[in-house]
Amino acid sequence: MNRIDKLFREKKEHILSVYFTAGFPDIVATAGIVKSLSEAGADMVEIGMPFSDPMADGPVIQKSNETALRNGMNIKKLFVQLQEIRNEVDIPIILMGYLNPVMQFGFENFCMKCSETGIDGVILPDLPPQVYIEEFQGMFDRYGIYNILLISPQSDEKRIHEIDYISRGFIYMVSSSGVTGAKGSCSQDQIAYFDRVRKIKLKNPCLIGFGISGHDSFAEACKYSSGGIIGSAFVNLLREKGYSADVINQFVKSIRG
Amino acid sequence: MKYSVDDRGYYGEFGGAFIPEMMYPNVKELQDNYLRILNSPDFISEFHSLLKHYVGRPSPLYFAPRLSEFHNTKIYLKREDLNHTGAHKINNTVGQILIAQRLGKKRIIAVTGAGQHGVATATVCALMGLKCVVYMGETDIARQEPNVLRMKMLGADVVPVVSGNRTLKDATNESIRDWISNPSDTHYIIGSAVGPHPYPDLVTRLQSVISEEMRYQLLEQTGKSDPDYIVACVGGGSNAIGSFYHYLNNENVKLVGVEAAGKGISTGETAATLVTGRPGIIHGSRTILMQDEDGQITEPYSISAGLDYPGIGPAHSFLHKTGRVIYGNVTDDEALEAAFLLTRLEGIVPALESAHALAWLGKTRFRTGDVVVVTVSGRGDKDMSAYIKYMNTRDSEENSYGSK
Repeated sequence: MNRIDKLFREKKEHILSVYFTAGFPDIVATAGIVKSLSEAGADMVEIGMPFSDPMADGPVIQKSNETALRNGMNIKKLFVQLQEIRNEVDIPIILMGYLNPVMQFGFENFCMKCSETGIDGVILPDLPPQVYIEEFQGMFDRYGIYNILLISPQSDEKRIHEIDYISRGFIYMVSSSGVTGAKGSCSQDQIAYFDRVRKIKLKNPCLIGFGISGHDSFAEACKYSSGGIIGSAFVNLLREKGYSADVINQFVKSIRG
Repeated sequence: MKYSVDDRGYYGEFGGAFIPEMMYPNVKELQDNYLRILNSPDFISEFHSLLKHYVGRPSPLYFAPRLSEFHNTKIYLKREDLNHTGAHKINNTVGQILIAQRLGKKRIIAVTGAGQHGVATATVCALMGLKCVVYMGETDIARQEPNVLRMKMLGADVVPVVSGNRTLKDATNESIRDWISNPSDTHYIIGSAVGPHPYPDLVTRLQSVISEEMRYQLLEQTGKSDPDYIVACVGGGSNAIGSFYHYLNNENVKLVGVEAAGKGISTGETAATLVTGRPGIIHGSRTILMQDEDGQITEPYSISAGLDYPGIGPAHSFLHKTGRVIYGNVTDDEALEAAFLLTRLEGIVPALESAHALAWLGKTRFRTGDVVVVTVSGRGDKDMSAYIKYMNTRDSEENSYGSK
């Protein structure tokens, strides 16, 4: 069974997924961060594959992408670094990135490597659902890799149903109109949107991402969905305090509260 | 038309709309409405009226006698440099601002490298009283001060972009982020035939006025609406696709797109995408782009700020693949020489971009009677500092040769 399904079967709420960029803050950090996150009690990790032009990301993740690329990170190295990860970590691992580097790596090759490494899902924001269905769904299914799709406050009900229909694992619910990055508390509009989605009968659970930065916003996200995804706030932490097991453990504990 | 976009937004394998879900409603709204608006009588009449009375169209088709003699053929210049704001860019911004109004948008965003598209956008925003935000890389802001000041005088908010290399590519990412963050009241005016469907087709149709005029102007002046060649420079490729559009299915007309080779296609400092790039995804479109082996988009180089884009419009990738259009390339030095040649022979100072198209003439052997149309996409005022620098180095080189 895909580890994402297993997670959502065993746990219905307060699911915490944490994002960081592979190769940041340094080239050897990746596997250690995954392990520390898992030990600290994160339910899932998203590893960013750095890209030169991350158009859906805010300044913090843009910077971590730049640093990671300067450090020499690429998809090939990432798979090598994650080779042994399943000996130590059992939580679902998702790779997040943009289409072009994956295309150049080769889609089939990419899915095969994901499957060999024990990667459970992929988030590619610039792969539109329609293209996914027409060109890649068969391949993803063959290798058992889930393509996690996004919905946003602008997605209407029909669109959300379409996305739900082809989604597996969970739906990534973008919290507000904007790019990734830590923001303040939820606005009235956001709460109306969370409520609107909650009332739609979906076959997949939702996690709320973008703008979740700490204990309060995570708790807020958990009120309206199965949990939340933290990215920029964790990347900031890595930049400021490094990636020792202690630092990561404290961070995860502070989110859970 | 066999070279037109298909109903899914593709030119063969190129094109499409590779955008994050957050942009989907905006792009879909445009996809669903652009043809209806473009074909509506009120749009057509307002667009053509503005092109005539505001932009100053039709732009002249000028027979260049001394340049023709130099190249031993018949050269006609399509004078987009004489348009209001000094380039072809205004054809597109006039059309898109009318579309934005019809979609009820109140705020316009744009990206500019050299500043030409930024000025053309700020101009139509002033004309229509819409708020205008122009994203520009910090590096480009420093290089293109006069255009920055023009945009500010026109009332635009010029936002310096400090991410990445601080140039056009990074400013484009930033404007996409703006659009994601302002989904309901904002229209994004893309300045070239690039980006997600429907932009390449929309910009192509708005720029197709260039070849529409060419046809009847050639007929009047030569007795034939078909030339032997049409030559235009290609960055994203909007003036080129506009110059080619009405001739695409007329295979007797040789179409030539000229890319910027920068310091040379094998130096690594180049913007010749079709020679050095390969297929991938850039800014929402599947096309040929310059990238490293990991699929990271690389920074292009050209002396001409309007040609240093790491991608190329998807229609051009398709026209390249099918062989319908011949693509050449020209170095910085060749372009500079061609700019001086035109200036001295015809009294026209072209933009550095257009100088690339002119330089291609020197690399080709024409038959004596060949009719060759070159699109002079813009005027050279903005490039005076590059021209003066070239003049000074050339003069000092000549002096040092003289002393030997």
